[in-house]
Amino acid sequence: MCLAVPMQIKELHPGNKGLCDLDGSLQQVDLALIEDAQVGDFVIIHAGFAIEKLDQAEADARLELFEELAMHRKEALA
Amino acid sequence: MKYIDGFRNPGAADALRDDIASLAEKLPQSGQPGMTDLLGEPASTTGVPACPSEHRDTKVRTTNIMEVCGSHTMAIARYGIRDLLPANVNLISGPGCPVCVTDTGYIDAAIELARRGLLIVTFGDMLNVPGSETSLAAARSEGLDIETSYSPTHALELAREHPDREIVFLAIGFETTVAPTMALLEEARREGIQNLTMLIAFKLVPPALQALMTDPDLHIDAFLCPAHVSAIIGADAYAPFTGEDGVPCVIAGFEPLDILLGLKGVLEQLVNGKACVENQYGRVVRQQGNQKAQDIMARFLKPADVAWRGIGVIPKSGLVLREKYAEFDAEKRHAITIPIGEIDPACRCGDVIKGIAGPFDCPMFGTVCTPSDPVGPCMVSSEGSCAAYYKYSR
Ligand code: SF4
Repeated sequence: MCLAVPMQIKELHPGNKGLCDLDGSLQQVDLALIEDAQVGDFVIIHAGFAIEKLDQAEADARLELFEELAMHRKEALA
Repeated sequence: MKYIDGFRNPGAADALRDDIASLAEKLPQSGQPGMTDLLGEPASTTGVPACPSEHRDTKVRTTNIMEVCGSHTMAIARYGIRDLLPANVNLISGPGCPVCVTDTGYIDAAIELARRGLLIVTFGDMLNVPGSETSLAAARSEGLDIETSYSPTHALELAREHPDREIVFLAIGFETTVAPTMALLEEARREGIQNLTMLIAFKLVPPALQALMTDPDLHIDAFLCPAHVSAIIGADAYAPFTGEDGVPCVIAGFEPLDILLGLKGVLEQLVNGKACVENQYGRVVRQQGNQKAQDIMARFLKPADVAWRGIGVIPKSGLVLREKYAEFDAEKRHAITIPIGEIDPACRCGDVIKGIAGPFDCPMFGTVCTPSDPVGPCMVSSEGSCAAYYKYSR
């Protein structure tokens, strides 16, 4: 029951509702628990509700760090 | 998938595994009084390594890191993370699967409400949890009205569609589920919905950590803190468990690299003799958490002493509706009390939830108790330790 995944907001609807994209399929979500939801934001969806926004700059920095870790290791082994 | 695949980069996993291995070599090697090793045997109390180095992998003082959350337990099993760790680093699974800690008495009360002709809406994971006599799944096959949903929203939709029926939502979960459920309640109130109530068994993570930390049977060296509960409560919520008498608390996401990085953070703190809150899931978790979610929870709910299956009553570890909102409280409106239930005495779920025993220590694991015919809740929920071990580690 606790699976929560990042999805991107595609449409905002009245009453704090929206449509989010999950790997190509659109899901109805409730945006009542987050501030200032915008189309294009990535949000974490749990039980049909967005519980927090995903900070893309932070996520991208993390991904870069992982890329670097992988690269360094490859170089070290080469 | 964006923001998922990148956190499963195998090369980075290898690099983190190497870092973890070299940190683990610097961990304290000797036993401290009362510490137990991986096998549950007392470790050396003399201050010298418990055994010659060739036997190091079974007898050295084990560092116990508790992953509190069921989603971590699941991911650790799924990605085989235990196999990547050095022998002196032991992961123990905590009580963070809300289905697993749901008391039998709660299931009995839900079935009783269904018997009275009410329409029950529940998360699917709850269906096979054994009550004292039967399960919701069995009650449903007797013809009682029990519907499953992955979101509480469905309960509200049913209430709108069937104004002549009384709908009861089985409101279980930790902070991550509590906030959405209360947002839904607010919507129901605004609309003047009269036929929706909630049978509440909400639980809170920090009081459970407090109870685990002070349990004399347990020796937890660090907590790997939940990702999405922390999104609601914020990184600061773990500050009381750190500091001089505390342990490292590292918040990690649920992807495999998040978990490895989190474990590396834990080991770094232990090696350096630190115990602070470290937020490794900054892309989602803020220092203060989600204020809007906290506000709505505080508006509708107040803390209460509640029973955790296998652990017992923990003070102020749950939330119940405030008197003002009694009309939405299934216990009050339908005059039912949730009894404290009894469990099959042979099921070791209680010890598994506390991390004292692992699923393999239970004689029923995989024989009498399987996911299709579970004895205890740890086998029922896909996030339960027994189910995770059954699926990935046999
Ligand atoms: S294997 Fe089954 S009976 Fe044993 S502890 Fe796990 S859930 Fe309980």
